[in-house]
Amino acid sequence: MSASLYPYQFQPHRVRAEFFRLLPISLFVVAFGAAFGLAAIQKGLSPLECILMSTTVFAGASQFAAVDMWGTEVSVLPMIAVVFAINSRHLLMGASLYPMLRDVSPGKRYGLLLLLTDANWAVSAQEYQSGRRNLEVILGGGLVLWLAWMIGTGLGVYFGGLLQNPRALGLDMVLGCFLLAMALGGKKSPRILVAWLVAGAASLAAWKWLPPNMHVVVGALAGGVIGLFWLEPGAQSREDNLEVRHGD
Amino acid sequence: MAIETTTLGVLALIAIMAVVTLVTRFGGVFIMSFLRISPRVESFINTMASSVLIAIIVPMAVAGDLGALAALVTTGVAMLAIRKPLPAITLGLLAAALVRYLN
Repeated sequence: MSASLYPYQFQPHRVRAEFFRLLPISLFVVAFGAAFGLAAIQKGLSPLECILMSTTVFAGASQFAAVDMWGTEVSVLPMIAVVFAINSRHLLMGASLYPMLRDVSPGKRYGLLLLLTDANWAVSAQEYQSGRRNLEVILGGGLVLWLAWMIGTGLGVYFGGLLQNPRALGLDMVLGCFLLAMALGGKKSPRILVAWLVAGAASLAAWKWLPPNMHVVVGALAGGVIGLFWLEPGAQSREDNLEVRHGD
Repeated sequence: MAIETTTLGVLALIAIMAVVTLVTRFGGVFIMSFLRISPRVESFINTMASSVLIAIIVPMAVAGDLGALAALVTTGVAMLAIRKPLPAITLGLLAAALVRYLN
């Protein structure tokens, strides 16, 4: 493997820095994981099964939805459809990182994707829009989020009573608020704002009229179509935009 | 087809969920590796990337209760005003907690 084929250089100190940068949001993820552990155990999963699911699936919204379908038996195809629909946003998220991911070897590339989730992706994608390449956050941030999700699930399983009502503390809104902060902290141009309007309208329409869980992909693709026909003048070269750094 | 939730059944269900999720994590990158990234494709995926965020948030705001709306509006205003994500998110969660406590 020659260095010129895969020019992206991982910097271990940046991986560490990204781990600690996403530590605060991970504390919220612990609470969210605890809510999942409690919900899963109430549906009859054993403690180890709950933790195993969080460890191997690592996709909160789809885990809540799947556990919601739990009973003495589970219909496999509907479960697959729900999990796939909710997680299909990963397809687009991964694709959006490809311009960076092609610069690492396939082994590392797919290894990194194991840790791909909303929060670390949002940071990486927003920095890429401002001309910074940051795959370290996928690794470092992904690790801390993954640990938090497992620890949270464990806490919910064994001490679920402590957090009976995470909604009362607003904890169900952590992810929504985080993603909104990322969106507003990124680059804004007339082109992006038009794409957002189209994405918002399309996702609302899909949410209202299409089968459940399709709105994210529909909205994102609709926004992408704007970019397909309206190219950024001078693509990545300009950097006169306000750079908004996250988390310091 | 249904799987009984015996120990073995649950393990099978978890394995299925893990594989389906893995397909979504790998699939986008796998498909992209066959495409040539022209400026137009690059523009598409960049615009799509920030649209993902909006497509998640907007239905959340519309479908949610008053607390959810308060959280998002507060985070949005705070983010535009102080430009620091963590304080903005914290204020948003406090707003949701407060609105829900008052209702």
